[in-house]
Amino acid sequence: MSDTRAAASERPAGAGTAVVEARGLGKSFELRRPVTERLLRRDAPHRIDAVQDVGFAIARGRTLALVGESGCGKSTLARLMVGLESPTTGSACVDGVDVHATLAGPADAARALRRRMQMIFQDPFASLDPRWRIGDIVAEPLLEQGLILPAQAPDRVAALLASVGLPGADMRRFPHQFSGGQRQRISIARAIATSPEFLVCDEPTSALDVSVQAQVLNLLADLQRDRALTMLFISHNLAVVRYVADDVGVMYLGRLVELAPRDELFPAPRHPYTRMLLAAVPDMRGTGGERAPVQGEMSDPLAPPPGCAFHPRCPHANERCRVERPELRDSGAVRVACHAVEEGRL
Amino acid sequence: MSGPLLEVRELRVDFPTRRGTLRALDGVSFDIAAGEILGVVGESGAGKSLTGAAIIGLVEPPGRVASGQILLEGQRIDDLPREAMRLMRGKQIGAIFQDPLTSLNPLLTIGHQLVETLRTHLPLSAAQARERAIELLRQTGLPAPEARLAQYPHEFSGGMRQRVVIALALAGEPRLIVADEPTTALDVAVQAQVIRLLRGVTQAHGASVMLITHDMGVVAETCDRVAVMYAGRIVEIGPVDQVIRHPAHPYTAGLMASVPTLSGDATRLAQIEGALPRLDEIPPGCAFHPRCPKASPRCSQERPELALVQRTRAACWWPIVDGAMP
Repeated sequence: MSDTRAAASERPAGAGTAVVEARGLGKSFELRRPVTERLLRRDAPHRIDAVQDVGFAIARGRTLALVGESGCGKSTLARLMVGLESPTTGSACVDGVDVHATLAGPADAARALRRRMQMIFQDPFASLDPRWRIGDIVAEPLLEQGLILPAQAPDRVAALLASVGLPGADMRRFPHQFSGGQRQRISIARAIATSPEFLVCDEPTSALDVSVQAQVLNLLADLQRDRALTMLFISHNLAVVRYVADDVGVMYLGRLVELAPRDELFPAPRHPYTRMLLAAVPDMRGTGGERAPVQGEMSDPLAPPPGCAFHPRCPHANERCRVERPELRDSGAVRVACHAVEEGRL
Repeated sequence: MSGPLLEVRELRVDFPTRRGTLRALDGVSFDIAAGEILGVVGESGAGKSLTGAAIIGLVEPPGRVASGQILLEGQRIDDLPREAMRLMRGKQIGAIFQDPLTSLNPLLTIGHQLVETLRTHLPLSAAQARERAIELLRQTGLPAPEARLAQYPHEFSGGMRQRVVIALALAGEPRLIVADEPTTALDVAVQAQVIRLLRGVTQAHGASVMLITHDMGVVAETCDRVAVMYAGRIVEIGPVDQVIRHPAHPYTAGLMASVPTLSGDATRLAQIEGALPRLDEIPPGCAFHPRCPKASPRCSQERPELALVQRTRAACWWPIVDGAMP
């Protein structure tokens, strides 16, 4: 599928088998309005279905990217996958181990699983404790896991910093002494410290300038190749996704609407929402021609439309789309949730 | 029109600190023609927002315009008294910022804010101003503008708020709009709508735009010319397709190559090694020389000025002459 990435022969044994799986994963949040408002309006607490019935599998050493607009549930899904949120329905598995059952179970098993999954967040200014030295930040997961003795920390930290392109002497400095790109390198050094197999990146370059973004994306690609990392990459930027993903999932109002290999999705997007997102990306190397106009904004997640949630913005919506929700169905190598595609109208 | 609408001449902005004066802008010069959209790109800290702030007279203290001139239609505006500057903002120069909420008063309805702005700058009765407000909102593509006048900013989505801000910026019928990252806080689908709108309405009103952004795609689609800033200076300025497709400055070339795109090879992004220098560590000579693949000893000693290279002007001793981008 991806001739441009590391050749299959370079992949470790076991490549091709799913290590990370989501099955019918869903998460609802209850929104409590202020008491006065609840009494005045006498309405029930609101529920928001941030993620609904999401299923996918990621093979070892490969990257699934999830894209969508803000509020589509992609970050909640990322947090569900590493156990930072507990699911309302369904399950997340790493190597066949149920993430949430294991983290809630015996401490030894929970710790062993935690070592195997790590996450990198969007804001490198918020994700590093300003009062800790870099050395302590990077060594903490190793010490917490009991993988090294405190005396071994400086050597290990220096090696980790070197692997993300930072000098070892930086371990004595504090986060405020670093730029955004350098901080994201530090976050990455910490995330790979315990040699995880599964790395979740939630908009890791959205806060960075383009030249720094290129450095960080290339660093992630190198680490993935060298360490056979399996990655879930969350982004709102389809152009970025094109450089990192083997497979791409498109989310809209909490659901996957299309799941496809990268080399299928970009040349031939199926779902009208995927087409719209692609058409909306300003492309500096494009022809400069008028792009298809994009209609409307995402509906209120508190009051999602019936039927297909995308129908109010969809140029192909008909009566069926307004009442019946389309399921994610196989269409060749691609999975799409769209009546128009299924009926051959599109 | 004889001269350019806006002329910026050798603009310098200093920030005095305890450890000496930091020069945040160092000799920035450019023009904007009537009806033209000029993009200003560069990385955080390059000085692009500060250039915009200097033009609208909103450099935050202790920063100050230390020297240089800013002329609008041939008249100096950088030395205006506070009150005259305040009146000129909105009347002659409109401003649009990244976060629409910073431009809107949360306690007043959209209608109130539009009518007040209109009547500050134009001799209109309350009823006329209301009609004009509805018309402006309609031009920005806001559905049901009459009903929307009575609503507060929090009742609008992000994209709709930015439409209201564009209507506000146009209210005084300004000759120039300074738009600082107007779409950065918006989702990509909404971004495209707002950019199209900004281009359409400014053309309809005959206003020029200075569009400050880090998004090269937005520049490619929107602007006539583009200025690339690095470490407080313009390193290249020229027609958009020339600068994007045939950049003359090695920094521009590196910057363009590092942008992920939807077309072409998706193997590995080109990257510029190193990082933008801090203001207190700007290298002598060409500020880009420590990161530049083409740097020579001259580059670390003599500072290059903007000079014509094919169809763009670049500040570089060794510009890329054929400049073909892959």
